[in-house]
Amino acid sequence: MHNFEYQAVATLDEAVQLLEQHRGKARLLAGGTDLIDQMRIGRHTPEFVIDVKKIAELNRLDLATDGLYVGAAVPCYRITGHTELSRQYAALSDSCCIIGGIQIQSRATLGGNLCNSGPAADSIPAMIALGGSCLIRGPAGSRELPIESFCTAPSKNVLQAGELVVEIRFPPRAPRSGSHYRRMIPRNEMDIAVVGVGASVELDESLSHFVSVRVGLGAVAPTPLLAGAVADALAGQPVNGSSFARAAEIARQSIAPITDMRGTREYRIHATGVMVQRVLEMAVARARGEDANYRVGH
Amino acid sequence: MTGWGVGMGKRIVQITVNGDTTEFLCEPRQTLLEVLRNTLELTGTKEGCSNGNCGACTVLMNGLPVVSCLVLAVEAAGAEVRTIEGVARGSHLDEVQSAFLEGAALQCGICTPGFIMQAEALLARNPQPTEEEIRFYLAGNLCRCTGYDKIVRAVQRAAQLRQAAQQNGRS
Ligand SMILES: Cc1cc2nc3c(=O)[nH]c(=O)nc-3n(C[C@H](O)[C@H](O)[C@H](O)COP(=O)(O)OP(=O)(O)OC[C@H]3O[C@@H](n4cnc5c(N)ncnc54)[C@H](O)[C@@H]3O)c2cc1C
Ligand code: FES
Ligand code: FES
Repeated sequence: MHNFEYQAVATLDEAVQLLEQHRGKARLLAGGTDLIDQMRIGRHTPEFVIDVKKIAELNRLDLATDGLYVGAAVPCYRITGHTELSRQYAALSDSCCIIGGIQIQSRATLGGNLCNSGPAADSIPAMIALGGSCLIRGPAGSRELPIESFCTAPSKNVLQAGELVVEIRFPPRAPRSGSHYRRMIPRNEMDIAVVGVGASVELDESLSHFVSVRVGLGAVAPTPLLAGAVADALAGQPVNGSSFARAAEIARQSIAPITDMRGTREYRIHATGVMVQRVLEMAVARARGEDANYRVGH
Repeated sequence: MTGWGVGMGKRIVQITVNGDTTEFLCEPRQTLLEVLRNTLELTGTKEGCSNGNCGACTVLMNGLPVVSCLVLAVEAAGAEVRTIEGVARGSHLDEVQSAFLEGAALQCGICTPGFIMQAEALLARNPQPTEEEIRFYLAGNLCRCTGYDKIVRAVQRAAQLRQAAQQNGRS
């Protein structure tokens, strides 16, 4: 690995100040599960590595009445280990329990997954489905942005010089709501999504109609995306096979996948439809309080 | 705020390894794996892929299993690290080690320290895991030789041995 300087900072102000001071030459380090390998292979050669995981604000994990707050440096294991969070925001926990293996989950953070901005990043479609937004702090102050607006191209995002992500916020869960994230991979674990789908649904009192639906899609476009047309088409509709099929069809039309070693464009389009349907079914089952124990890889 | 230190200098890092507090000198670019093997001469931890995929370099850091090839040694400052060298009690192998040995859960052995550390982490969290839980928990450890079945059975056996030892200890 190339030579660099390292500093673990304790406050947000220090992080912003150092980023400013070493503009373009510094990179933030959270769990390091992306960055350390990227430095090892020479893709990134920052002169300064600023470790942000000791900043208190970035370690916040609060499930409150006004929503869920996850500090950017909270590792996956804290999310999957939080029973009530995993029940209410199931899609988020579903995604965190399949990011790498257990060793990776000890270190990998939500902020790192978001800021690495990979098209197939597993937590992003889940965060989109759950209506997440990120709090960004920079030299000019703070701003908040919906997750679906964060990534701009593969490995690119909206962060400007001197900015970092502080936390990810989610609105409180409505009654009769449920969510799920699942990905299609050739193996059961430890692989990159061919297609990743996150969905969140809210049902009416009779549990027979959708009040609202949000679907996030990963690995099928240059950035993870919100399938807004699916939401529009399903709101107010009955929960039945034809609604699921309609959602699948619209999702297939919303994407722009590529062909690579994990799958062809045609395969990804087909698989997106299948996955949207399955993920919506699971989200509905959870919203109905049915015993919907999802086992990864099954 | 502290400075960047003296130039691109080496750092003194203090950690606790297998119960002993120790200090080492390292550059920020060195991984915990490099320092364990080359500086502290704890060569039980193995290097496989160096990119987080194989699990050969698994150690426990503050009780959590991590791949030491994706940890900078400077990040481990103040941490409690447990490596394969800290598993046996004196000359007595612990239950996981005995079960691997008796069950022939290794061939070339390069993956074994990583599997044992990961199994230790699993059994500490979940003393009686199901086969499915074992396979899921060990998914970040690769083995080119055994075909995994003997490893899974060794972990099941280790769980039994440990339970029996605890019951004996109580009676
Ligand atoms: C073996 C292995 C398997 C993996 N499997 C998966 C998988 O299945 N699914 C998946 O999605 N990913 C996977 N990954 C990728 C990686 O683990 C995740 O993307 C992880 O969430 C990154 O988080 P981190 O904290 O380790 O990020 P880091 O490596 O610390 O940082 C990643 C990037 O984000 C920037 N950054 C970090 N924090 C902030 C912040 N607060 N503000 C601004 N920028 C920031 C860093 O500068 C860096 O560019 C895998 C990686 C490995 C090594
Ligand atoms: S050497 Fe660290 S995971 Fe392979
Ligand atoms: S025993 Fe050879 S790699 Fe596992």
